[in-house]
Parts: sequence; C-alpha cells; structure tokens
Amino acid sequence: MFLLKLLARNAFRHKLRTLLTILGITVAILAFGLLQTVVSAWYAGVNASSATRLITRNAVSLVFSLPISYQERLRRIEGVASVSYANWFGGVYINEKNFFPNFAIEPHSYLALYPEFVVEPDQKRSFIADRKGCLIGRKLAQRFGWKIGDSVPLKGTIFPGDWEFVVRGIYSGADKSTDESQFFFHWDYLNETLKKTIPRRADQTGIYLIGLENPQSAAEVSLAVDSTFKNSLAETLTETEKAFQLNFVAMTEAIVVAIRIVSFVVIIIIMVVVANTMAMTARERIGEYAIFKAMGFKSYHIAGLIFGESLFITICGGALGILLTFPVAHTFGEVMGQFFPIFQVARSTIYMDMLFCLLVGVVAGLFPAWRAVRINIADGLRRVG
Amino acid sequence: MPAVQHEGIIVSINAVSKSYQRGSQTVPVLEGISFDIARGEFLALMGPSGSGKSTLLNLIAGIDTVDSGSIIVDGVDIASLGEADLAGWRSAQVGFIFQFYNLIPVLTAFENVELPLLLTSLSRRERREHVETALEVVGLSDRIEHYPSQLSGGQQQRVAIARAIVTDPTLLVADEPTGDLDRVSAGEILGLMTRLNADFGKTIIMVTHDPRAAEKAHIIRHLEKGVLSDVPA
Repeated sequence: MFLLKLLARNAFRHKLRTLLTILGITVAILAFGLLQTVVSAWYAGVNASSATRLITRNAVSLVFSLPISYQERLRRIEGVASVSYANWFGGVYINEKNFFPNFAIEPHSYLALYPEFVVEPDQKRSFIADRKGCLIGRKLAQRFGWKIGDSVPLKGTIFPGDWEFVVRGIYSGADKSTDESQFFFHWDYLNETLKKTIPRRADQTGIYLIGLENPQSAAEVSLAVDSTFKNSLAETLTETEKAFQLNFVAMTEAIVVAIRIVSFVVIIIIMVVVANTMAMTARERIGEYAIFKAMGFKSYHIAGLIFGESLFITICGGALGILLTFPVAHTFGEVMGQFFPIFQVARSTIYMDMLFCLLVGVVAGLFPAWRAVRINIADGLRRVG
Repeated sequence: MPAVQHEGIIVSINAVSKSYQRGSQTVPVLEGISFDIARGEFLALMGPSGSGKSTLLNLIAGIDTVDSGSIIVDGVDIASLGEADLAGWRSAQVGFIFQFYNLIPVLTAFENVELPLLLTSLSRRERREHVETALEVVGLSDRIEHYPSQLSGGQQQRVAIARAIVTDPTLLVADEPTGDLDRVSAGEILGLMTRLNADFGKTIIMVTHDPRAAEKAHIIRHLEKGVLSDVPA
C-alpha cells in the first residue's frame, strides 16, 4: 500500500509531463483501437460468412454471369441442400455518394439461406408478393429515413435505366456481425425488365448460392459443381463463402497491411515517448534511488519503483484510451457507415490494447531501471544537493 | 569534553586502502588506514576536500567496498558480504544522516521516517509506534503530516535523523550534517546528535569541515591525502 502510494505520488511529481505522457498514451491506444477496428470492419464480411454456404461464379471472372438454367443441375448434385442466386445490381440512389450494396435476389430461397436477415413475417410475405418490392436493412432505412411503403428510385449502372422500388420490408441482423445496410429486390423484376430492354443479358445470374447439407462436404461439393460445368460455355468456380469474401479483401490487402503497420508504428512511437519520460524521471531521481539503496532497499525494490511508475502512467493512459475507443468508434461508425456497415470494437482489440499498455510500460521502464539498479550508491549520493 | 562510555570495539578498520579509476589513471584515496571505534563513541572525521573522509565513511557504512584491508563492524567483516547481504546489513545496522537531508519530497515526515521500517517485519501499528517515538526524540511530533518542502532546513535534518534512528541501528554515520544549515539550526542538530550519543548510547561517525561541529565529538581524526592523523578533542 505504501509503495503504491509512493508510485502514484512519484508519477505526478511533474504533473504537466505526466499528464502529457498520459495524453499521448491515450491518443495512441485510441488510434490503435480505431485502426484495428477498421481492419476488423474490412474483414466483417469474411467473419459473417457461413460455413454451410458455397458461392459459385463464372470461372473467368465475377463480371461474367452464369445461365439461370444451371440452377436445376446444381440442385441435383449430392450434398446440395438448397440453391439460390443473386446479381450485384450496382444501382445508385440520387448520386454516387449515397452508396449502399444492392442485389437482385430470388427471395424465397435467398432468405431461407440467410437466416441472419431477420424479417417480420408479414413484411416478408409482403416483400415476396410484390415484384417491385424491396427489402432493406435497418441501418439503411435509418440512414435515408425510409419507411415501409416508401418509393425508392435507383439509377442503374450495370443495368441501365431508372428503377422504381417500394419498401416492403426492413430486416434486422440476428447478431452484431450482420450487415444491416443492404438492399434486396426481386431477381424476376430485373430479369423481366432485361428481357424487354437487353434480351441478351436476360436469364443470367451473377452468382449461385449453395446451401450445404453438411459443412464438412464443402470441398467435395465444390469439386462436383465445377466438374458438372466443365467444358460448358460458362465454366464455374465454386468456393466457400468465406473464401469468396476473402477474395474481395485480398484486392485491398495492401491497404489493410498499411493500416496494420501504422497501428503498430503508433505503439512503437508512444513506447519511445514513455521511455524518454521514464529515462528523464530516473535520471532526476538517481540520488533518491541511491538513498533507498543506502537504507537497505534492494535492486528489485528500485526496479519495482521504476516499472511501477511506468506501468502506472501507461495503465492510466491506456484505460482512458480504451474507454474513449467505444464512443469514438461509435461516432466513426455512424459517419463512415456506408463504407463500414459493421464497425464494432472487437474484444480482441481491447485485449491487444491492454497487452500493448503493459508492454509499453515494461519496455519504457527497462533502461531506466537497469541504470538505477546499477548505480553505485556513493556516486548516486554525490548527485544530491 | 563529553564522557566516553567505552564498551568494547564496535568498528575495527584494518589496513584499508581504496583508489578510484579516472580514465586510465588510478587515483589512490585511502592508503593503509587502520583504527578502531569504540561502542558509544562520537567520532569526527576532518580533513580538506579530497582527503578521503567521505570515502572512509562510505566504506564503514557499507555503501562502498575496500580495495584491500578489512572493516569489521560488530563482529561482521562487511567486505565479505555480498550485495544483497550488505543491503540487509545496512538496513539493520546503519543509520544515515546526509548534508542535504535527502528526504523523499513526495512523502510526509511520518512517511519518510517510516521508510526504513518497510524492510522489517513490523506490523503497521508497530511501525507507527516506532515512527512516533523517533519523531518525538527529534522534537517533531507536531510536524508528522508535513512534507519536506513545508519544513525548514533544520527541521528537515531532524526528520532525517529520526529516519536514521528509527530502526535503532548500531552506527549512525553523518556526512556534513550541518553543512547546509545556519548556525542556530546547526547547533540544534549537533545538540540532538550529542543527546543521541549520550542518552541513547549511539555510536556516531561524523564527517565535517566545521571545527565547532567536531568539538562535540569525543575523538577527532584527521585525514590528509588518504593518511590518518589523530587529534584528541
């Protein structure tokens, strides 16, 4: 208790210096937490993917579609429980700034495959019954203030034209990792319109979504699917939903790596700052440490005082940084919601924050403690006065 | 001259030599010093700057080590002790009084005096009793909650003396204890040290430049260029 009191009082001997150091640690931990959360948000799709789903796309590229006729053949493959399909629509609401993901889906099979999209039964019925109806996420509805019955116009980019939809349902996520910013409408509506406007693009789908009977059979089923369509006009590439999502992340991997590096550089910088503070502190108190030693205190007592003070400062700054991470991340998530639909501070990020606080505290105290412990008492006493 | 109560030898210094390394040069500080200090003696070490008196004090107090020779304190050859044992020995056997008081500024007078007791197995209540007694002996019972910055130089030195005696050590070593004090405060501190010696039988070894301070000692030993000469007080 006495030593804790001494640590706390020692830490605030130079109030301004200590407060600035604590502030620096707070900002560093906050920055680290936010950057790690950005990285987590980048992988949100990957983390939310299910092991029971496969995605089949054109083997050449995602931009090429697959015939809708594949659906029946897919259903017949052993291990396939259900099949659905979807098209990335790429529609724009008013202008490009209002980006949100929008897909043309087959509603029955799609919603059955994605139980994480929770819709009220009457809204679900209403959405399925209306070909021009759309199902939107809770956050998307909040963002634009859309309500059931509202009309939503989208400007087609991949599928040109003006498209009108009526909000028939608002889904919410089964858990925090579910993206609540998506927009779904009937694939039939898209297909029927294409038949009239661009017939050669009709009866095609971007991807097939396959529900597995057994997650263990993912590799066998993927192989079976791709073998089925080998040497056909549109060969397929089937992979797990996780691998499919990882492909998207891989396209921007350099950015993710850069963010990770910056987050660790922030920690290294603050480590140097705290080490400097502790070095100055220890240098100023060499005489006191000599007095402690003269009175019979041992090296581990002196090292304990220095490490304790260093940890005290880093824990104060770290705790403040961790506490601030939640409201700041919430605000950041609100502002950047269109880019990061799932922006949650992960528990692992908090654990890393704590670990780095302790690491910074220990590393910053190493050199000053080493010097203080080695100081000759007589030399140290000469520095007093 | 105060009466000396000799009850045997407490410190025996035998052919002690000490030198320091300054770059490639070896500078001898003490050369073949030998003398004894009796239990209950008040010894003053005098000499010009650089004569080696503080070095000798540090050697006796176990905060520096001899190059050759031996120092036996109360039957213990302190040169044979390892660093950890020496630290333990110092905490039990030596009380330090420094020129600049060397109190910890963030601790109150009470807490400063309590510091050496943290190394003992005393309970909190027992520590409190010891600290209160020590502060009473130095006449600062009414200043226990004051920080060093709230005390005068003389009062700070009295707190330092309380800290030095709180563990009831065998030896009190004082390095220029009045060097940073005005005449009145210096007189009070010397009076206190004399009382500790006379009333409590404390063996005191004091380094000083001040002849008036040295007058309070039973024996004055002069050091000149690392060599000893005796001048009875």
